Amino acid sequence: MTLSEELATDDQRTPQPGDGPRGRSGWRHRLARLDVKASPYLYIAPFFVVFAVVGLFPLLYTGYISLFRWELGSDNPTFIGLQNYVELFADNQFYRTLTNTFSIFLLSSGPQIVIAVLLAALLNSRLRTPTGWRVGVLLPYAASLVAIGIIFANLFGPKYGLVNSVFQFFGLDRIDWQANRFASHIAIAVMVNWRWTGYNALIILAAMKAIPKELYEAARVDGASAVRQFRSVTLPLLRPTLVFVIITSTIGGLQIFTEPKLFDAMPGSNNGGSTNQFQTVTLYMYQTAFESQHFGYASAIAWVLFLVILVVASVNFLLTRRIASTGGPS
Amino acid sequence: MRRAGFWAYGLLTAFVLGSVFPFYWSYLVASRDSGMLTDRVPPLLPGGNFWANAARVFDSVEFVKALTNSVIVAGTVTLTTVFFSTLAGFAFAKLRFRGRDPLFLFIVATLAVPTQLGIVPLYMAMADFGWIGGLWAVMVPNLVTALGVFWMRQYTLEAVPYELVEAARMDGCSMIRVYWHVCLPAVRPAAAFLGMFTFMTSWNDFLWPLVVLDAGNPTVQVALEKLQSGYYIDYSLVLAGTTLATIPIVIVFVLLGRQIVAGIMQGAVKG
Repeated sequence: MTLSEELATDDQRTPQPGDGPRGRSGWRHRLARLDVKASPYLYIAPFFVVFAVVGLFPLLYTGYISLFRWELGSDNPTFIGLQNYVELFADNQFYRTLTNTFSIFLLSSGPQIVIAVLLAALLNSRLRTPTGWRVGVLLPYAASLVAIGIIFANLFGPKYGLVNSVFQFFGLDRIDWQANRFASHIAIAVMVNWRWTGYNALIILAAMKAIPKELYEAARVDGASAVRQFRSVTLPLLRPTLVFVIITSTIGGLQIFTEPKLFDAMPGSNNGGSTNQFQTVTLYMYQTAFESQHFGYASAIAWVLFLVILVVASVNFLLTRRIASTGGPS
Repeated sequence: MRRAGFWAYGLLTAFVLGSVFPFYWSYLVASRDSGMLTDRVPPLLPGGNFWANAARVFDSVEFVKALTNSVIVAGTVTLTTVFFSTLAGFAFAKLRFRGRDPLFLFIVATLAVPTQLGIVPLYMAMADFGWIGGLWAVMVPNLVTALGVFWMRQYTLEAVPYELVEAARMDGCSMIRVYWHVCLPAVRPAAAFLGMFTFMTSWNDFLWPLVVLDAGNPTVQVALEKLQSGYYIDYSLVLAGTTLATIPIVIVFVLLGRQIVAGIMQGAVKG
């Protein structure tokens, strides 16, 4: 690393420590000791304070609120035990939103990872102006989720959307991207993929660049074809990175909110379509809390989603680790 | 490594076109009037109405205020995140103290915590403070992030040699001066990347600002949502707003593209 080399030469130019700690009076010495002892804690304190106040406490307190019937502005929330959870497990809309969330998640994360790996492989070949291509595929990352939601809601408009015009041009049937449940999930998954594929491709590309070239040479000597090299050398060594990408996209993907909210053709609606056909769990939680103003019930939704994310992320982790240990040399 | 052939360039070109197209489409609709969307064959070249539509954006929502607010919020959050993250990264990478490794592990673990799900009590707390509707409510939860601390710690480990820290200590530097004069100059590239990344994340943040802000005092993203949730959607208007809010970020993104790409790829290898 050039930076540390630079620093190393700086180091040589630094005047030798001459007088050191000699000649310090007692209290200055104690002050210096206090500085050494206390400073590290002081430096890391801001994160822990912020996290405790706006991360940990709200998450735990959500569990507490979920045991109450708690309306916005009411001063007397009533304790109702697990009643909110009982209602939630009998709530058809909750199951519908959970199904929607998983459907959109699978439609986005699956193809996204496959395409990202292929894109990374393309970017890993010898290109003219490699940085230009990388910036090009990363460009969607600059757009905000709101902007993406608005633009794609327009592109997938059922009546006048460009996608349907193109379909019609090629003699295909128009699709109602809003009303058709599965089609709406695909449209939302396309938005997610559009924004994140390039980003994930760069993370995978970085891992590809870190693979030692000797491995490929050895494989070539053994007569492995390009495809075979990719399968037997590249993929196994990418697994830790793929685990990372899959886990982060699980945690983010199951909380998806902005895309379905902005996709709704009904302005300002939180319904996720007229029959909640693309309402996600987070959108349902938002609606319950800030439109219907049932804080207790919204908190129960949040807690269940939290547990679902925990379970799915752990399963993903164990699964990908298992695959990694059964196949490949890693 | 294989030299890229026709197919590689062809596929990559298709990808980049796909990346650019939605931005272009947004500008295209914004530069015409909504009538174009009903045409059987949509036009593929921009019209001349962009500035007229953009002017309507400023009439429809508090767009100047929204831009100002977003700059204030993203700017503040960027400064505090970079400062606190480099400070904590320095402590975790170069100082010895009891509990250091477990505390750092804890921070890594919090990366996986979906804090977004805590918005109900957070909203109630902000309401108790009387902060609802104000920018404090948006900024305070984002003053420093686990990701920032994590990145800076990883970078500081390699970028700052121990000998340099020791030498500065021997010269009688206090800890904070060691941080300021030795650590900070050495981690500047990573701090710059963290800054750009934080600014973009904050600029694009939506759910929490939507919860605590209203149409009278919005950020850019909240203003865009208000623009879209009018009685009926006038797409030339809404996409003019979207274009106005997006183009500056895209320009900055292209100008700093090399650093952003390098930052993402470096973070990936070290993470």
